[in-house]
Amino acid sequence: MPWYKRTYDWLERRVQLEAPIKEAALHNVPKNTASWWYVFGSASLTLLILQIVTGILLALVYSPSAGQAWNILQSLNHDIPLGWFLRAMHGWGSNFMVAVVLIHMAQVFLFGAYKFPRELTWVLGVCMLLMTLGMAFTGQVLRFDQDAYWGLGIGASIAGRVPYLGGAIVHLMLGGPIINGSTLSRFFALHVFIIPGTLLAFTGLHVWMVLKLGINEWPMPGRVVRRETYAQEYTELAHKHGIPFVPGAVWKDLFFSAAVLLAVAFCAAVFGPFGPKGIPDPTIVATVPKPDFFFLWMYTVLSYLPPWMETPMILIAPVVGITFLIGLPFVAGVGEKSWWRRPVGVFSVMFLAICWAGFTRLGTYTPWSPHMDAWSGDAVPVTYLEHRTPLERQGVNVFQQKQCRNCHAIGGVGGQRGPALDTVATRLTEDQLVRQVLLGGGNMPAYGSALSPAETTALVKFLDTLHPSHEPTAIDASRQMVEQNAIPSPSTAQQGGGQATLRH
Amino acid sequence: MDEKLPDPVPEIEEQRLEKERVSRRAFMMAVGVALNAAVAAAISVPVVAYLLGPVMRRKDEYLAWVDLGDIGRFPPGETTLVNFRSPFTTAWDGDTANLPAYVRSFPPGQFTVFAVNCAHLGCPVRWFPESQLFMCPCHGGAYYADGSRASGPPERGLFTYEIRIQNGRLLIDAGQMPTLSNRASASPCPPTGQASTAPALVTRIEPCPGTNAPTIG
Repeated sequence: MPWYKRTYDWLERRVQLEAPIKEAALHNVPKNTASWWYVFGSASLTLLILQIVTGILLALVYSPSAGQAWNILQSLNHDIPLGWFLRAMHGWGSNFMVAVVLIHMAQVFLFGAYKFPRELTWVLGVCMLLMTLGMAFTGQVLRFDQDAYWGLGIGASIAGRVPYLGGAIVHLMLGGPIINGSTLSRFFALHVFIIPGTLLAFTGLHVWMVLKLGINEWPMPGRVVRRETYAQEYTELAHKHGIPFVPGAVWKDLFFSAAVLLAVAFCAAVFGPFGPKGIPDPTIVATVPKPDFFFLWMYTVLSYLPPWMETPMILIAPVVGITFLIGLPFVAGVGEKSWWRRPVGVFSVMFLAICWAGFTRLGTYTPWSPHMDAWSGDAVPVTYLEHRTPLERQGVNVFQQKQCRNCHAIGGVGGQRGPALDTVATRLTEDQLVRQVLLGGGNMPAYGSALSPAETTALVKFLDTLHPSHEPTAIDASRQMVEQNAIPSPSTAQQGGGQATLRH
Repeated sequence: MDEKLPDPVPEIEEQRLEKERVSRRAFMMAVGVALNAAVAAAISVPVVAYLLGPVMRRKDEYLAWVDLGDIGRFPPGETTLVNFRSPFTTAWDGDTANLPAYVRSFPPGQFTVFAVNCAHLGCPVRWFPESQLFMCPCHGGAYYADGSRASGPPERGLFTYEIRIQNGRLLIDAGQMPTLSNRASASPCPPTGQASTAPALVTRIEPCPGTNAPTIG
């Protein structure tokens, strides 16, 4: 007997792991589950392992000290050989993990895998999704820069909205009265011990249940799940027409996992690590904080909520959402699994995906935020200065200097909070412009106390020149008549000539 | 004849004793479990107290009077960004213990100190003296010079610190991050009977019931 065989036997007699491993690897699975659609769960596990390994490697250097963390990240990026690559792997690994976990969840939902008898596997999966998102958020905090600091501020402000307990939750979350050293160290404990420890335990149980209950069969229209007969039907599918998991199905998992790891490494090498951005010094108020990619949709939602909906929505919507996800297998635990027979489920996924994509896209360019530097950075196009009177040009100065540009684009540059003003004169008459500037309204602040009468006149005279040459400005019919001291002609009155001629 | 029980068969007797012994062991195990539960409960008291340490404070324990400097530092009619060191800090807090605030000296001789944290979700608002507005870079909130809400998602005006002037120095009662949980209610309207501080022109628009404060944004 060769030496390695003897060593193996010596070990196996003591650990006795061969039988359970063989049983797990060679168990039969329904034939058509050996599909490329079934690779996302194992890929999530692969990414979790990648995150643990790269996380431990980063922990060799990182220190959760508010005064030092940012410098250490810089040192990882620039001084420590390949520190940048490990940071990049961990950062991109995190993005890939959230993405793959979400795809896994959508696939499992569409294939009806949450139904009897796999309800608890689904519930555990929902918890694991929340923990994955928790890892993404706490990880963003450990990248201790301005985004992390103000992200914590947003988290604390959300927690502060909880009735009665808000203050206590804020202090518990921050570890004190403000965001400081104790905040970072407790988010470190969350990111490195508490959440990953729980996530690993849950992953073990999740995989255990997949092995014990069997992988969800490929759904067929008309093959309805019934509690009484399901076990027997599944055994038949898996044993009579099944194939062993290894190697029948596992090769696709292996291929996909390798591809995902390669993709993470590729992104890490090509795009590099995330941040850190500016130093986490709260006295630098000239900053534009932004959440990481997978939280951009929330950024959008929080910006578009009307003030009265703010607190109820922030506090109630997550509870409703999570309750719905956890309750799903208990409400719809039996019946059709096939997507061909579940239009509501399919359209829900499509609806959520479209909402998510739309909100995320808006979050990438934040049209609701004033562009803080537009007033001093973005020039007024020269064409808007040509053939203008000195007064109108003075209006351009006012327009620029009073930060109008921060919210209003002109010539395609500037903020998008308010409407672009390139053709504003076709929409508002001079009087309406004066009113809008002085009194605000429609989400515009009133500038009455920030503008002198002369400035207002100049500004409005300039704004009134903003119309295409082929389109006249909006005029106030009644005013014209008063000026001409004329009675309205019947035709105008019959036409219902309103106060202003509005064009859009 | 004497009524006498037969001697127990040794095997049966042995079985009976075995059962008894097992039940005694089971009892001891139950005692052991109870003992551990009691110890765990006893240990958890200090553990929970340790975890809740930051919460178990009196309301004013996170507030202290901080000196912002001589009142002459703040030009009348202007709004100035100032920095101060948090009164509760450790050596490893680094820059995070340096906190900013806006001091507004208007009308001259009177002071209002605003927190930089937007009342919506806490982002740092920026002051623009030209347009007399505070603008928030995150979700687009805007406030007038007096801190009242001008537009965007915030439900109320900027948070203010309590102030005190002592020996010609401006002091604020600071120390904790202002959120809706520790500051005044989220109403955009001031309490009834209190005059609005919004710009005169704005007050003409749709007032809050019972006051002349505007509700617009």
